[in-house]
Amino acid sequence: MKVVLENLTKIFPGRGRKARGEVTAVGDFSYEFPDGKLIGLLGPSGCGKSTTLHLISGLQKPTGGRIFFGDEDVTELPPEKRGIGLVFQNYALYPHLTVEQNILFPLQNFKGKDKLSRTRMLEMAEEAAKLVQIEELMDRRPGELSGGQQQRVAIARALVKMPRVLLLDEPLSNLDARLRLQTREEIRRIQRETGITTIFVTHDQEEAMSISDQIVVMKEGIVQQTGRPQEVYDDPVNLFVAKFLGTPPINVFVGHVQGSRLYIGADAVLGVTGVPDGEVYVGVRPEGFVPCGDGPFACDLRGIEVMGRDTSLVLSNEVSLNPVIRAIVGGETPVNEDMQTVRFELKSGKVFLFDQETEKRMYFEGSRL
Amino acid sequence: MRKGFFHDNDFKGWLYLLPAILFLGAFLVYPLIDVWIYSFEEGYNSAAQTYFGVGPYNYSYVLHDPYFLQAVKNTFILVVITVPLSTGIALMISLGLHSIGPLKGLFQTVFFLPYVTNTLAIGLVFMILFKKTAYSEGMINLLINWFGGNSVDFIEGPYWAKMFVLCVYTIWVVMPFKILILTSALASVNEEYYNAARVDGTSSFRIFIRITLPMISPMIFYLVITGFIGAFKAYSDVVALFGTNLNAAGMNTMVGYIYDMLYGDSGGYPSYASSSAILLFVIVLTVTCINLLISKRKIHV
Repeated sequence: MKVVLENLTKIFPGRGRKARGEVTAVGDFSYEFPDGKLIGLLGPSGCGKSTTLHLISGLQKPTGGRIFFGDEDVTELPPEKRGIGLVFQNYALYPHLTVEQNILFPLQNFKGKDKLSRTRMLEMAEEAAKLVQIEELMDRRPGELSGGQQQRVAIARALVKMPRVLLLDEPLSNLDARLRLQTREEIRRIQRETGITTIFVTHDQEEAMSISDQIVVMKEGIVQQTGRPQEVYDDPVNLFVAKFLGTPPINVFVGHVQGSRLYIGADAVLGVTGVPDGEVYVGVRPEGFVPCGDGPFACDLRGIEVMGRDTSLVLSNEVSLNPVIRAIVGGETPVNEDMQTVRFELKSGKVFLFDQETEKRMYFEGSRL
Repeated sequence: MRKGFFHDNDFKGWLYLLPAILFLGAFLVYPLIDVWIYSFEEGYNSAAQTYFGVGPYNYSYVLHDPYFLQAVKNTFILVVITVPLSTGIALMISLGLHSIGPLKGLFQTVFFLPYVTNTLAIGLVFMILFKKTAYSEGMINLLINWFGGNSVDFIEGPYWAKMFVLCVYTIWVVMPFKILILTSALASVNEEYYNAARVDGTSSFRIFIRITLPMISPMIFYLVITGFIGAFKAYSDVVALFGTNLNAAGMNTMVGYIYDMLYGDSGGYPSYASSSAILLFVIVLTVTCINLLISKRKIHV
């Protein structure tokens, strides 16, 4: 089931005596969530991603715009009529019911001709439990389960009705680091097995990049960019998206373009065509640095971190906007700790230019100098 | 490693506890033991400190006294009617208060006001409502007359009329505290549970039965237990409504009976008072134990 948003808008009115006017939580959001995919809504806290999820679930009413599930307009439908499964950030498992009763709960709501027999309900609960691998926990109460197990129960409860769309609100934020890795694979697997269109919200770009088929990057209620994770990473439309995706984060410098040459500080690092002369922000991905004895770009070496396969150089440069610059280089690097400065060539595909006013991407043809 | 009863550090601990132990001992434990002893001493005279003999006669006397049996009956009727009713009504009012948006604060204050109102003022209000005077027959009677019924004397009339007034009074007095407790209990239920239930299309009745009620059940249970104990101890309310000669009015309660046996016009019998006090204690203890047993099965904590 594809989910289509058309100009979706949610404005919260200002409140109290000091009301500073309205807050636009989601502004003019149009997007088609493809059928049967896992889509990550990504952004820093307060960017409107959770609100978007609540609008899709129907728990909140949009101020404007429409929501379609397939071809059906669900904008005016209450949550229970939309056929969604929602997993809450804190799971919202009923603490006084056992795992089995929790999973059965949505099924017991069916009335009239939809009413299910007791055996059918137990079968369905069993099936959902098997899918998330919690069959042996059915008689426990949520308080007796670990965070990861609670998460699975919550997913089973959301899936038991076979919803058209599965929504997950910050599914991994309450788990510790090790469990997070494991659970995100689990979510990926469950989504693949069921084929249900799944939308999840996260502020962790790594999480979103690693399991999503598509990501939607949001900032202050506005969608910045959508696409496959690798596409967005390789081709960010503005400085915000470039900075938000990637670990370690992109290195940003103040630079300028003069006569088809890109200067970072005093160093002319790259030949660029298609960009007018003037001040720019220069973003360089950590993997865009190539150590090279007579390279055009010089940085002071602060330290070397060896991480098995790769080596991370910690550098500094006076025109850098980040406190430190990180460069990821291959294992066999000529750089050693005795060096004061390291010279680099930059891979032009890993260098992005942004307008200093609008922070929008400026596209260029790069060439070595 | 603990060797003796008094360890080095224990000494300090006991020293800190001493004031409380002394007070509790002198004013709680000692009287309790004393009452237990008196209840078996026949014809104990507190002035002369004498008694005739030791035995279960006091209990036998009390259990055969029609006034005591009347008091037990009154107390049980009061308990059985007011505890469930007041808790139920308080729950409904709290649900209402919880769900209204505007004027919530105002209504919460209004419903809590009786809690801080002077007993005499409440008594006055009930007099205006129910009491027959030279000038009026009471507001309730006016209402009854309006609908074509005959006046009822609520204060000195038939037994059930008096019991009705007593129950209304008791419910009205205990309500504010229960509303206060229940509204805060309702407010403490995480909104996400309701959202989760809504997404699954749960009817509001089912949400109430399967989610709200279990979530606030510890508080309801607390109110029921304290309600039972409070109602078993009813006395001052009855005096406020029906005066001090409760035996004659047929409206005595168990505590009232104990008081009358000690200090009332027909009083001066500490032995009978003691044995009836022990009987009251046994009844309250039994009821509370039953409550606890039920709660262990039913209450989610």
